[in-house]
Amino acid sequence: MKIAVPADQNNMKTSVSASFGRAAFYLVYDSETQEGKFIDNTAAAAAGGAGIKAAQLVVDSGADVLLTPRCGENAADVILAANIRMYRTLYESAKQNIDAFLEGKLPDLDEIHAGYHGHRG
Amino acid sequence: MRIAVLSGKGGTGKTLVAVNLATVGAPSIYVDCDVEEPNGHLFFKPVDIHEEEITVRIPIVDHTACTGCRKCVEFCNFNALAYTDKLLVFDDVCHSCGGCLLVCQENALAEREKNIGRVQAGTSGDVSVLTGILNPGEASGIPIIHRLLDSSGEAKASTPVFIDCPPGSACIVMESIKDADYCVLVAEPTIFGVHNLNMVYELVSLFQKPFGVVLNKCLKGENPAEAFCVEHGIKILARIPFDHELGLLNSDAKIAAQEDETYQELFWHLLQTVGQEVTDETTAHS
Repeated sequence: MKIAVPADQNNMKTSVSASFGRAAFYLVYDSETQEGKFIDNTAAAAAGGAGIKAAQLVVDSGADVLLTPRCGENAADVILAANIRMYRTLYESAKQNIDAFLEGKLPDLDEIHAGYHGHRG
Repeated sequence: MRIAVLSGKGGTGKTLVAVNLATVGAPSIYVDCDVEEPNGHLFFKPVDIHEEEITVRIPIVDHTACTGCRKCVEFCNFNALAYTDKLLVFDDVCHSCGGCLLVCQENALAEREKNIGRVQAGTSGDVSVLTGILNPGEASGIPIIHRLLDSSGEAKASTPVFIDCPPGSACIVMESIKDADYCVLVAEPTIFGVHNLNMVYELVSLFQKPFGVVLNKCLKGENPAEAFCVEHGIKILARIPFDHELGLLNSDAKIAAQEDETYQELFWHLLQTVGQEVTDETTAHS
């Protein structure tokens, strides 16, 4: 199973990024090989639609599940259309969340926020 | 003569200044570009209203023709498209550029019209009143601004146009001032007011628009917005006092220049000053 997590750094000690769409990297962890690879988030600096593009990257990574502290509406539409299940992270460390998920200890992410689109910016 | 009235935030007095300028400058055109909360019509109470629906074009997908090549997804600079097992379109993110249709080699994309709001045209005495109204929940009122400015551009060149801008300094304000000959910045006498004034000051400077400042809600004592103008060598066009009577007229949706001689004179002078500034600019650049 492939587990995606928005990450601040591209090493296994990384913390979970507070933002899904604007995370610097995505950690994609393979629970079978127990190896993680990192994808650069090319959407991180997008003027708009970052969540959509970021979700596309996660979908294309072949992830089966996404662990994230929060997720915007548009990104969630893409993630859910690809049948990727979302769980809410509980810890700062990405790896700790992955371990908790594998033990069935992470809750579903059921709150989707409307996005932080800065139309009045 | 096209005059845009703007400020860094709401509630500074843009509508007060724009409505009163259009009143003393009649016959004139008043254009309410504050499409999220247009309120100039409350003062003008226009009649003979003609309404026009404003639509934008949004792609629709023929999923049977789409091969999932993703050329459109890669092309879209606004990230309004995504592909999972089928193409997803995000209406609110789409800027209606039509690029996705151009790159699609399978003819899997077409366009539909999506209503985003309306433009109302009416009259109030000698003032033509144009009001833009964006539907609640819509992301961008820019197509409505375009229509408003096109409509106001159809008038005789001798008729002055007063553009009541949205607050702030975002894209929608840039669109509103794009064709203006002169910008009137309205500022409040507070530190916060200076911050907001600076935002629009930077904007009009970037657009190389001639501009001046109206100091609103002036009290006795120091005025940080005035100090800002002095420091940056900005022309002060008028000072409007922090006046209880003016507040009352405003809350009754009355036009101060029609009700009170002092204000009629104040806005008349402001109009003359702005007119002179525009003439000087034109002379300087011809």
